Amino acid sequence: MKAKIHVYLKPGVLDPQGAAVAGALHNMGYDEVTAARQGKLIELDLTGDDADTARTRVDEMCAKLLSNPVIESYSIELE
Amino acid sequence: MKSAVIVFPGSNCDRDAHDAIEKVTGHKPAMVWHQESDLPEGTEFIMVPGGFSYGDYLRCGAMASRSAIMPAIVAHAATGAPVLGVCNGFQILTESGLLPGALMRNAGLKFVCEKAKLTVENANTRFTSHYEGGAELIVPIAHHDGNYFADADTLDRIEGEGQVVFRYGKNPNGSARDIAGITNEQGNVMGMMPHPERAVDANHGGTDGLKLFESLLGSA
Repeated sequence: MKAKIHVYLKPGVLDPQGAAVAGALHNMGYDEVTAARQGKLIELDLTGDDADTARTRVDEMCAKLLSNPVIESYSIELE
Repeated sequence: MKSAVIVFPGSNCDRDAHDAIEKVTGHKPAMVWHQESDLPEGTEFIMVPGGFSYGDYLRCGAMASRSAIMPAIVAHAATGAPVLGVCNGFQILTESGLLPGALMRNAGLKFVCEKAKLTVENANTRFTSHYEGGAELIVPIAHHDGNYFADADTLDRIEGEGQVVFRYGKNPNGSARDIAGITNEQGNVMGMMPHPERAVDANHGGTDGLKLFESLLGSA
């Protein structure tokens, strides 16, 4: 089983890297970009085939290490 | 005062921390590898040094804050003993939950390496009692992720409780409210981005960090 974890900054947390990306896109003429936020995608290969167990365990991994609840949120996709 | 400096893979200010502590206390600190699970018997003061633990992968300080020695540090802090985290050490202490907030990428996106002017906002802590309140210090900074963030309620709370100990004269990294260093609510755990251990010898450009270690020694 594979878990894809998206980690992104919470709304309201300033994202200087996202702002730099938006600025660069503007400089390239992409004026329709009103904002950019930069996050992370983490892929885990997992043993076992029970999706509920996997989700519970991956959720725990996110809370304990993969995200920082002060600044980040996350979402989990299993496939 | 019996001290310990925690060493992670990628720490690079551990020896500066060692030398600063020895210079002020007259005793060599124990150098404790992060995979240990116990602190040396009788440890009073713990310093979590600067550097780039685990290459700053994932988030600065994230993996170090989950290492084997951390439960012992958290337990030691809970006894009221002094714990100081500098630079990457500050990041590790916020990641471990010992200090509020988080350190994010510098607003200017560049690594900053310069002598920073700091103001002592609270001289009534065990880390700063030898300074005058409002004193201005010159202490080196060298970091890429020193942009202190906490939500507005947390910022108001730590300001109100006197937990903001150092502020920048000129904000180098976008840090909320120019914050350079904070303590926990109890005042025994402090984190700061500037490097006091690099400011203890006139031959190295200044001695404004000395009083921090002298304050600690005086409080032990």
